[in-house]
Amino acid sequence: MSRKSKRNERPQPEAARAQRGMSRGAIFLAAVVALVAAFAVGAIAWRSHQEEAARQLATQNAARLSVPYAQTLGNAEAKVHIVEFLDPACETCAAMYPHVKKLMAENPGRIKLSVRHVPLHQGSEHVVRMLEAAKAQDRYWQALEAVFAGQERWVVNHRVFPERVWPHLEGTGLDLERVRREMNAADIEARVRRDMDDAAMLKVEKTPEYFVNGRPLPRFGLEELRTLVREELRAAYP
Amino acid sequence: MSPPGDPAAGAPGAATGGGITSGDSAWLLVFGCWLVATAATLGALFFSEVMQLPPCTLCWYQRIFMFPLVVVLPLGLFPFDPRVVRYALPLVAIGWAISVFQVLLVYKVIPETLQPCSRGVPCSEVQVEWLGFVNIPFLSFLAFTTMAALLVAAHFRSKS
Repeated sequence: MSRKSKRNERPQPEAARAQRGMSRGAIFLAAVVALVAAFAVGAIAWRSHQEEAARQLATQNAARLSVPYAQTLGNAEAKVHIVEFLDPACETCAAMYPHVKKLMAENPGRIKLSVRHVPLHQGSEHVVRMLEAAKAQDRYWQALEAVFAGQERWVVNHRVFPERVWPHLEGTGLDLERVRREMNAADIEARVRRDMDDAAMLKVEKTPEYFVNGRPLPRFGLEELRTLVREELRAAYP
Repeated sequence: MSPPGDPAAGAPGAATGGGITSGDSAWLLVFGCWLVATAATLGALFFSEVMQLPPCTLCWYQRIFMFPLVVVLPLGLFPFDPRVVRYALPLVAIGWAISVFQVLLVYKVIPETLQPCSRGVPCSEVQVEWLGFVNIPFLSFLAFTTMAALLVAAHFRSKS
């Protein structure tokens, strides 16, 4: 204030100057509000558009969710069916697995889980073949848990070292020689392709992806999965 | 409350109140530049955070020179300090140069072999396209060019 009045020899009315300062501030604030609001509205519109598109895609491709060879855990009569697309080399898949099992344990007999494979990591397809071959010996879940438990030793910086998986499978009761013999068979090849084709049609581009009674997660997250399962449980077991 | 911006305190004949003074139009030009920077920043965040398009390396470098303008320019607006052009223009110029480089990559003027991004998303890849030629690198180039023009104009307006 004092600096200005000293320098300004021809003082303009204080009120006019203050008013201009105010109006500039008001313009600026209005612009900030408008830009942030446009961003928020755009984000909400985009999200709901995406959610709707994902819902429609899942409905159109509902037949692709279930395949006879998919390993299923839990009561076969359970009315809530979670189909999980996972990559054995994916860290988040390994981290989510115990949470899904806990969810099933909390609601005994009401939830079943089927697993499909999407080997998004390079080289992870070999591990998927091992898991598929383990099904013939009825040791799929043991193999999956062993593969997840040792994951950090056979996946280094997102690179898969399939040969390092074998030691982890030793305690599972699998006949590893048989797995080696069978994992490259044509029927296993066909399953790997089928899972990948179905994942592509359902636009599963990240793992893990869950479909609960055919409904996709609106957004990835453990809480979102819990909410979706809770909704389906309420609908199936009122 | 924001302090009264007095563009030409002491400049004879400038601030007589009423009518648009050169200080006023310089303020508006810098404000326009801030609008472009903020819209571009929010747009970039929309692409990466909402639409989840991964930004390539060159995009990150352009962001480094775009995002600070959202903060620096208002500091020169309240109270108005024409020297803000001096602090903002170098950022705009460097960002502009990077955007020119990427636009040349996208339109294949610079061959693919000179591409600096070998990991992640290639910077010559077009992820979003409207009207056949408007893509994200082009929008960035447009924003940096507009900001440079506005700042240069503001510089001459505040001088006159």
